[in-house]
Amino acid sequence: MKRAVVTRIFITIFFAVLLAVPWMVRHFSSSPKVAGVHDPQAALSRYGFSLREVSHAAGIDFVHQAPQLDAKLDGIMPEVASMGASVSIVDYDRDGWPDIYVTNSAIGSKNHLYHNNHDGTFTDVAEQMGIADVNQPGTGVSMGAVWGDYDNDGYEDLFLIKWGRPELFHNDQGKHFIRVTDQAGLPPWINANSAVWLDYDGDGRLDLFVGGYYPEDVNLWNLRNTRMMPDSFEYANNGGRKYLFHNLGNGHFEEVSAKVGIDSRRWMLACAAADLRGTGYPDLFVANDYGVSELYINDHGHFHEAGKEAGVGFAPKSGMNVSFGDIFDQGKFSVYVSNISEEGVLIQGNNLWVPQSGSTLKYVNMARDLGVELGGWSFGAQFGDFNNDGNLDLYLANGFVSLDRDRSYWYDFAKVAGGNSSIIGDAANWPAFNGRSLSGYQQKRLWLNDGEGKFVDVAQAVGAVDTYDGRAVALADLWNTGALDIVVANQRGPLLIYKNTVDPDNQWIEFSLEGVKSNRSAIGAQVTLYWDGKEQLQQVSGGNGFASENDRRLHFGLGKNPSIEKAVIHWPSGEVQTLNNLASDRLYTVKEAQ
Amino acid sequence: MSLPTTQPVKMQRQGDANAAGKRSGLVPNWLNPFLPPIFITLILLAGNLSFGILESYSRTLLAIVTAVSLEMILGRVTLGKWPHPASAYISGISVGILLRSPAFWPYALCSALSITSKYALRIRGRHIWNPSNFGICAMLILASQAVASLSIQWGNNFASLVVIWVLGSVIVWRAKRLHITLTYVICFIALSILRAHITGDPWQAEVSPITGPMYQLFIFFMITDPKTTVRSRVGQCIVAATIAVLEFFFRLNSSIYAPLYALFWVGPLAMLIEMGIDSRRGRAAIAPAVASVKEVRA
Repeated sequence: MKRAVVTRIFITIFFAVLLAVPWMVRHFSSSPKVAGVHDPQAALSRYGFSLREVSHAAGIDFVHQAPQLDAKLDGIMPEVASMGASVSIVDYDRDGWPDIYVTNSAIGSKNHLYHNNHDGTFTDVAEQMGIADVNQPGTGVSMGAVWGDYDNDGYEDLFLIKWGRPELFHNDQGKHFIRVTDQAGLPPWINANSAVWLDYDGDGRLDLFVGGYYPEDVNLWNLRNTRMMPDSFEYANNGGRKYLFHNLGNGHFEEVSAKVGIDSRRWMLACAAADLRGTGYPDLFVANDYGVSELYINDHGHFHEAGKEAGVGFAPKSGMNVSFGDIFDQGKFSVYVSNISEEGVLIQGNNLWVPQSGSTLKYVNMARDLGVELGGWSFGAQFGDFNNDGNLDLYLANGFVSLDRDRSYWYDFAKVAGGNSSIIGDAANWPAFNGRSLSGYQQKRLWLNDGEGKFVDVAQAVGAVDTYDGRAVALADLWNTGALDIVVANQRGPLLIYKNTVDPDNQWIEFSLEGVKSNRSAIGAQVTLYWDGKEQLQQVSGGNGFASENDRRLHFGLGKNPSIEKAVIHWPSGEVQTLNNLASDRLYTVKEAQ
Repeated sequence: MSLPTTQPVKMQRQGDANAAGKRSGLVPNWLNPFLPPIFITLILLAGNLSFGILESYSRTLLAIVTAVSLEMILGRVTLGKWPHPASAYISGISVGILLRSPAFWPYALCSALSITSKYALRIRGRHIWNPSNFGICAMLILASQAVASLSIQWGNNFASLVVIWVLGSVIVWRAKRLHITLTYVICFIALSILRAHITGDPWQAEVSPITGPMYQLFIFFMITDPKTTVRSRVGQCIVAATIAVLEFFFRLNSSIYAPLYALFWVGPLAMLIEMGIDSRRGRAAIAPAVASVKEVRA
């Protein structure tokens, strides 16, 4: 055979092999097969836990109502009015049982505060407590809520995040809420989706960080014109401003963002705070839509943005979530940021930023390696040990607009999104939705951490089977059983409560902290638990995920027959407290040492 | 994608190497093969430093290294001599710009498919697909779970638009292929008006894609690729118009990658028709042998 012919045959075979590579990658790199049908007993025995949706049985039949904005936006209303469903957990009356607060987003609709009746049911008390009717005409509508005891009186106060007039409610001994917005000195209008309580300067009082989405001079119900869209889908810098409200201690707050080095108009959708460098001061991680994430490093009360240096601020995506989790049980937080992935259209991939060893703060994205990269049009996510095996798992809500199952808006979205800013920045140039879906009806993800560097999606097998347009996720041991339950707020959909049943052989421990020198909510306090040669770091958060806040209590899974060495608490005041002789399957209430 | 050819290559195809020096103006002959790579590298760097257009430097580097390495190997194996790396370098950069994936392997595979297609899919000694167009279309079809080519990059702003228009126009004008780009642009705009009329969508929405800088890489650098376009000036205009027309129908069918798919079908078809015409005119007897050597070398 001539050499040329042999060469030709070789090249043809090589070419065929190359064409087959995508199939091979799909076939051989797919996650281990997981049962797609929920069988509670099988789930319990195979994965160590099982979920059951119990909202109706618990007395909760809440369905979120989306905002109806200015008629000029009618054509793309499903897209622009696609947020507002939020959930936060709070023990507002200090009875030791977590309660649930959910927001509604139609003008005139009411928010709900579900009081935990200790018997598996809840009762809505928002009306009598004075925090229901907060979406009145002319004041905008609710987008989220974060709780923090800003005056250190022992009761959690409420900051209501809105597209509209932000509101601060003081908790009067768990009996009533009093609106104190005007005294606090908050601005008249912010179009925000996210906020977080933190004590940025270590003075023992909770401060408040709020990031705008739409610019604050835009009234979405009375638009001057339709030029209110982002001017880019990757580098938009025409969103709302950011605010840092410094708590002056007398019920007043001073806006200090510029003074402390925070100046950005990216379209913020999520943020969370944690001391990422062990300095005693909380840093701020911000996930922006239409752009890169930002990492505000806190140098003793003054911030500088270090996203690029840290590796998290390079590739622009559609950031919609910030959650911290010590997924490797190594005493360091990884950060989960959700984005958009739609097969064949847009593969941004979610980011799991894992810290690198060294003296400077550096992260690498290991979402693909660990198997938590693709989650559809992803929104809120939370880390939690759902089967109490000692490894943090991850729940992810997703789905953007679920309307007509058979017709997609993706083509029109892509057509305009790639154009010049003068076109995409004007809502009038966007084709009408006409009842089409955009990444709708998506299956949720519940990634189980195997403790060896892999996460496996078991959502369908353990009972997280809904396909609503998920937004906010909050975790709490709602029934004080030692299991983390999952509460999910869905846009235009019902509030879901996934009650968790865990293999009783897997043990747990929980901590409820109260600051003395530190802020009384203990927000920012970090607990490192040492057991069985492992260590896991968790912190009390003043808001994280997307439009959500978990229970204050920290829940650690321990696995079978654990031997607990100690727990070390780093309080925001700088105090370090060590707890010895701890037993499993118990809740410890810890007050900061005087 | 390949950049429009340099003057020397055109002259070689016409068998008149000496003319290259006369037509290249102030640019020395030896530099001409490097001009397109230099241009596209400048675009890449300017775009990335100002807007971060790349998924990452490492992924783009992987695409480039894969493309150049494979070109060297396949060229050496096929021809017995080392090919010029410029074409493969450009293909690699094109893959780095146009492909979007958080994973590494798609960049290597897309480059490999692009380069190998030049050697595996040949008719009468000529490759008929634009290499990177073939590679990206293959990835979009076969690996849709891992890649996309959605053009929401480059900041969507006016500055990047001007940069690409100016640089692109200069390059295609020097290569005497500006008529291809202009034909396509005129057809696209005219058909966008018709599409707006048919769909009822705002005209701005229909014309929007062509205002995106990434799309302009397609109209300046991909449809003008000399190795995979026909020779006659009139024929080139007809092919450009046909791509726009087929894209029009793809768009009516909501195909997100309409321009890439249109070129994927029209490009090779035009080449085959030209070969058929050549054959009929009796030139085919000498063309394969000559073309075989020249095309692979280039």
